[in-house]
Amino acid sequence: MSELPGDLKYTNEHEWLRQEEDGTVTIGITDHAQSALGDLVYVELPEIGLEVEAGGEMAVVESVKAASDVYAPISGEVVAVNEDLADDPEKINADAYGDGWIVRMKPSGDGETMTPDEYQAFLDELED
Amino acid sequence: MGKKTPLYDAHAEAGAKIVDFGGWDMPLHYGSQLEEHHVVRQEAGAFDVSHMTVVDVTGAGALEFLRHLLANDVARLKEAGKALYSCMLNHNGCVIDDLITYYLGPDRYRVVVNAATRDKDIAWINEQAGSFDVDVSERPELAMIAVQGPKARELAANVLAEEWRDKALALKPFYALEADDLFIARTGYTGEDGWEIVMPAEQATDLWNRFVDVGIRPCGLGARDTLRLEAGMNLYGSDMDETISPLEAGLGWTLAWDPEERDFIGRGPLTEMRANKGRHQFAGLLLEGKGVLRDHMRVVVEGVGDGEITSGGFSPTLQRSIAMARIPAGDYDRAQVEVRNKLLDVRVVKMPFVRNGKAQIEI
Repeated sequence: MSELPGDLKYTNEHEWLRQEEDGTVTIGITDHAQSALGDLVYVELPEIGLEVEAGGEMAVVESVKAASDVYAPISGEVVAVNEDLADDPEKINADAYGDGWIVRMKPSGDGETMTPDEYQAFLDELED
Repeated sequence: MGKKTPLYDAHAEAGAKIVDFGGWDMPLHYGSQLEEHHVVRQEAGAFDVSHMTVVDVTGAGALEFLRHLLANDVARLKEAGKALYSCMLNHNGCVIDDLITYYLGPDRYRVVVNAATRDKDIAWINEQAGSFDVDVSERPELAMIAVQGPKARELAANVLAEEWRDKALALKPFYALEADDLFIARTGYTGEDGWEIVMPAEQATDLWNRFVDVGIRPCGLGARDTLRLEAGMNLYGSDMDETISPLEAGLGWTLAWDPEERDFIGRGPLTEMRANKGRHQFAGLLLEGKGVLRDHMRVVVEGVGDGEITSGGFSPTLQRSIAMARIPAGDYDRAQVEVRNKLLDVRVVKMPFVRNGKAQIEI
């Protein structure tokens, strides 16, 4: 398994968050999540402008194997979605922390997140 | 930990993602299920199917026994090596398992049944064999590899002993031959040409490695499932089981009604079901838009009634979602499927979706 990017925060639902300079937060699923799901074949993206509470359903990623909900790790408004995923959902498999980003939110409230070390420890525990 | 095939170490070394399948630790994929799917449609892939159960039925009563046990008629097998797909039914006319029977020679038959149903199949077969002059022998010492794809036979032939190459390549579809230790059958579960090869377990790793060396790519059960779905081939436990008759699972073509006096297990109730015209039909669905159809989703046919998806997924060849479904009887070509509380439009189509690398339906 590759090393976790150090500049991101993580959730126990296997999402990552990146604080952008303009105050928005970019969100995707982790490499662990994409690997567990297998090849992705469809991503259902939210509408721009959607207001979500932390923990609410925000998107759905579907792999050859199964459908999996993506939950909002923080409260806020969806200000951008990765339209490229409509035609190339496998971008998430190829580059989960980069081209495979899913949504960008304008935060209005925090959710529970982990540091890279904490998430790594969380993953290690899952392995056992 | 589950049971392991003789190829388990080879899979682990190749970096396979291992999952449980019917009590066996089997490779799901070796990196990308989609790539493996395309490799089989376009070139050649190798599948470890050693978890499947080989049962040899021999003896003076073998023909008579199998004609009683199976819903298709083994008497149709006249030439040595010929294979027959059949359902094995319970007394209600519903499906205990689906299987392939090979006629090896006078009084010798080989039956290959599913892995997940092994225990109940063996128990059932032995129970039914009681009054017949047959010997039923499971062959757990055998392994099985399927090589599938348009280039599979040509590539795999290089691995065979020279004296068997031409004979193996000359096999017609649904025929098999015994080649020393190997049993080579031109059968499969992908909708592509290819062979299924049975061998002594101790030879499996060597053969597997040699198939890989000649350019046949290891493929996992994930690709096997999307390939068989595109090919419109039923999966036991999803598309039919002990509560479903072959008539409701699109398997009416496997039932041998003639001769009328052949008393196969389940014939009585099946005859009644056939006369009453079932309330269901079995058909393919093609999702018109984006999304993925999954097992057990509800199918809604406006003004007719509801049905259910028995196998659904994404078709890598068609780049659309497809499904097999048990839907209300009737003449219609549009329906809807409930996907996460939304009704999505589907077309009702005749299967298969894909055969020999080509789409069989219009997108």
